[in-house]
Amino acid sequence: MESLAFYILAGIILVSAVLMVTSRNMVHSIVYMVISFIAVGALFFQLQAEFVGAVQILVYAGGIVVLFLFVIMLVNVGEVMQLDYLHTQWLPATLLMLVVVAEVGFLVWGNGGALQASPAEAGAVVRALGGNTETVGMTLYTDYLLPFEIASVLLLVAMVGAIYLAKKEA
Amino acid sequence: MGTLGLEHYLLLSALLFGIGVIGVLVRRNVIMVLMCLELIFNAANINLVAVSRFRPDLAGQIFTIFTITVAAAEAAIGLGLVIALYRHVQTVNVDEIHVLRG
Repeated sequence: MESLAFYILAGIILVSAVLMVTSRNMVHSIVYMVISFIAVGALFFQLQAEFVGAVQILVYAGGIVVLFLFVIMLVNVGEVMQLDYLHTQWLPATLLMLVVVAEVGFLVWGNGGALQASPAEAGAVVRALGGNTETVGMTLYTDYLLPFEIASVLLLVAMVGAIYLAKKEA
Repeated sequence: MGTLGLEHYLLLSALLFGIGVIGVLVRRNVIMVLMCLELIFNAANINLVAVSRFRPDLAGQIFTIFTITVAAAEAAIGLGLVIALYRHVQTVNVDEIHVLRG
């Protein structure tokens, strides 16, 4: 049951990612990107990371996609679609992808199974603390308090920078 | 089907990363390049969450939250740059954007 869900979600993620990269119409690409992001969020739920899955769907499928749609509306879509796609670099790109996949394959299967692991009893640890979201929140606000604050400053800087970059020149 | 191991997730993540890299190298449109970068971020997130599941340690999920934060900041800044660039040179084709002093 668990592996069936994984295979279905993995198929959705990979197929929609390929369709996103290859589709000529950018709005179609956005739609495939949303499908891929939601499937990744569902995969996080399947991995018992409920909070991260919810954040993934809220931030990616809700926020970043809308941002991309706005920018596509701002630039001249008709001209953008005329761009030739699948350019000359497809051969080095495919070679690079094969190298990456082969590397992971070697790490997993060629190295005497050094990375082979079975699902640990993470559920018991998390459930003792009262659920995934509560545990993540406790960890985030105690052990990772300083990185959390730095991340909030980063978001502030990004917001100010984006407004400055996108505003009309005076 | 068999049982699910960590390697299944790592392989899925590697494939997604490769598709993202191909997209970044192949598409000529700045906005599409940024979208494919998001695919690469997602591949990294899958790795982090999967390892956090198979090695009972919440650090992977915490780092995924930080990665999502950085991805959101990157998308905002990148798209702001695209808008400024489009206003300046009237194109989003990366092949035509090759002068530093426009």
